[in-house]
Amino acid sequence: MISLQLKNSLKFPVTAKCISPDALQDKSLEEIEKLKIWVGNKKKELRELFKIEIRGSEREVIHVYGDLTKVRGIGAEMTMGELTIHGNTGMHLGEEMKGGKITVYGNTGDWTGSMMKNGTIEIYGNTGNYLGAPYRGLDKGMSGGKIIVHGNVKNEAGAYMQNGIIRVYGSAGQFAGLRMKDGTIYIQKKCGERVGANMRDGKIIVQGFLKSVLPTFTIEDLRDKVKIENEEVIKEPFYLFLGDLAEDGKGKLYISKKKNPHLNFYEKFLEGEKIE
Amino acid sequence: MELIIRNGFVFDPLNKVEGEKMDVFVKDGKIVEKVDECKAKVIDASGMMVLPGGVDLHCHIAGSEVNAGRLLRPEDHFKNFERKTRVTRSGSGHSVPSTFTTGYRYARMGYTTIMNPAMPPLEAKHTHDELNDTPMVDKGSYTLLTDWWFILECLGNGKIEECARYAAWILKATKGYAIKIVNPGGIEAWGFGRNVQSLDDPVPYFNVTPREIIRALCKVNNWLGLPHTIHLHTNNLGKPGNYITTLETMKCVEDLALKDKPVIHITHCQFSSFKGSNWRNLRSGAEEIARYVNNHSHVTLDMGQVIFTNTTTMTADAPFQFTLHQLTGNKWMNHDVETETSSGIVPFRYKRKNFVHAMQWSIGLELALLVDNPWKIFLTTDHPNAGPFTAYPRIISWLVSRKARESTFKKISLKAQRKSLLPSITRELTLYEITIMTRSGQAKVLGLKNKGHLGVGADADVAIYNLNPEAIDPSKDYKEVRKAFRNAVYTIKNGEIVVKNGEITKHVNGATLWINLQTSEQKLFNEKLKEKFRDYWTVEYENYAVEENRLKISNPINVEAKI
Repeated sequence: MISLQLKNSLKFPVTAKCISPDALQDKSLEEIEKLKIWVGNKKKELRELFKIEIRGSEREVIHVYGDLTKVRGIGAEMTMGELTIHGNTGMHLGEEMKGGKITVYGNTGDWTGSMMKNGTIEIYGNTGNYLGAPYRGLDKGMSGGKIIVHGNVKNEAGAYMQNGIIRVYGSAGQFAGLRMKDGTIYIQKKCGERVGANMRDGKIIVQGFLKSVLPTFTIEDLRDKVKIENEEVIKEPFYLFLGDLAEDGKGKLYISKKKNPHLNFYEKFLEGEKIE
Repeated sequence: MELIIRNGFVFDPLNKVEGEKMDVFVKDGKIVEKVDECKAKVIDASGMMVLPGGVDLHCHIAGSEVNAGRLLRPEDHFKNFERKTRVTRSGSGHSVPSTFTTGYRYARMGYTTIMNPAMPPLEAKHTHDELNDTPMVDKGSYTLLTDWWFILECLGNGKIEECARYAAWILKATKGYAIKIVNPGGIEAWGFGRNVQSLDDPVPYFNVTPREIIRALCKVNNWLGLPHTIHLHTNNLGKPGNYITTLETMKCVEDLALKDKPVIHITHCQFSSFKGSNWRNLRSGAEEIARYVNNHSHVTLDMGQVIFTNTTTMTADAPFQFTLHQLTGNKWMNHDVETETSSGIVPFRYKRKNFVHAMQWSIGLELALLVDNPWKIFLTTDHPNAGPFTAYPRIISWLVSRKARESTFKKISLKAQRKSLLPSITRELTLYEITIMTRSGQAKVLGLKNKGHLGVGADADVAIYNLNPEAIDPSKDYKEVRKAFRNAVYTIKNGEIVVKNGEITKHVNGATLWINLQTSEQKLFNEKLKEKFRDYWTVEYENYAVEENRLKISNPINVEAKI
């Protein structure tokens, strides 16, 4: 196990893509200490910021301690191993990650799991905007893997998502699943408006309160259960909407009936269909 | 500064020099007959090719549409960047690089003169501001005149002479170099959600047809005596079956030809040479186009060669861009430039395995190889529409070597392999012909008297490539050719060494070329124009024109018009 303890609180933004099991596993303590990271506009060595220790033989397990809110790009492009962060982290955590697991006992910044391809990210706090979303302008977001957030997420979670699953046990901001092409997003609590805007395909499940559904979605059915992943099923009634019709999409939007009595006017459209 | 370029193999097609071993003398930014050998700096070019500096007559490098492309595509920039050096500034971008980077990249490839082909008159100031910031090269802009209301109105009323006056005024006001025509009639029709389907489709509300617009502007071009021909982006561009429109377009100005001089330039012809009725049965119309061009002297073409890469398409042809957006589902931009023109931008990826893209790749090369006379077809990618200009060395290698073509051909869509004409073409261009296609021919058709050759009195724009035409066989060693053209050993701009071994050694600013037209009775006409400005524009007459002092280095070309 490799442990990194932040020495002092940080003043400037730090870019530390080298904090990942791939980069550290076959290096000696001296080599790790001399790894270069950007602190503001200066290049510094890792040991200037962190107290580094190696314990035992499991080199692909890394623990990081301290408030890393200003540190970006931790675990970027990692392919294996375990990375545990005891504290908050900054932007781009696990960017383009291809495997392994990242666990955060704290909050994370924007673009967490940006464009990730595989692996797991589990966050026990809140996370920022653009969860799993691609870099500005690109149209290929998260294409596999799993992100679990026990707290809340901000706007545009799972934008341009291509595959994989995002599970949010808290609430979500606006535009969850923006332009998503495939994959699953599950939101347990309150969800911001415009969920699934411009989605082409995929599945979004909102178990909590949702103020309104975009007018470009059409009601399809009232289901009495919904499957999230594998055999995991929520047994309560859900409205099923299809859309986004503005993009000729066939994405599925499941909205809880129990938490959203104000949406029950949609049911008359279902009955109307039956009469015809 | 005086320079002697010694012992290089000089290729200078305009002066009929083909790979002769000789010295080139440079003094005060010009090629001269002799210099003081004691004082002059000597460049040893033995075993290397000495060419005139490259000329590119069609590349979108500046202006509002290019800048909008930069804004639309942050992803084009973040992984493709260049750090600043002691001499150069930093920059980024793959298909729409920032202005400085554009200049540096051209200079590194040995290019010294480039033309920005689409300048909406209203955006002229912006375009010239960006051109000012494009270093290392001389540059100019073609003014978009197609669907300007004044022109359409004049033509509708049959007043071609008045139309010529408007054209003369706007060329001067915008500091343009030539008349650019894009999808004549179609852009105006797009304002009403329509397009024109053929040369004889009327433009809504104006009572003119594309044929009349093209013919009129071609006549205007002749009257004004502009050095370049009309620069035309055809109707129906990018639609299967459009080669017929292209042939008709070329035919419609046949009778306006002045002796052997070309009167029309069909740009990025690859996009206008599609046969077939839909995308599935798309075939190449290159044979028909090439046959026509081989038999007529009034047309020149440029390739618009497709490169398999991620790029950004941008044209003033807004309806075409909308179709492209619908085809790809990519993000897009569309813009209406008041009463003048329109524009659109869509990011695009050309894929080897896509049948249509592979056919497009094939059509571009077929055109270049089937047109016998290299003075009639030029090497371009319509940067960035079919690919970034940095791919020129790759295209050169395809043109000089059948082997290079085959190695790419093997990787493209199988259906395209079956339908392509490329395997039947054995022609391999010589380095002399490449010199014509990349510089001399382009300079000639642009009417640039001091560019594209190394005769006495020419501008001292020289490119030296590490390629020994006696030692290598381009058709076999195509990789060497590609490598050599990618990075010039020396680029000399106005008699100064600006690139050495592919590195920028000096930052210089190129001049902006524009046509200073002399016409008669301009004053009376201006009063009339002022009145119309109130009705048609959001900009006042006084604020509209680009003043000469706005150009960092101005290089006006004086032309006496016949009106």
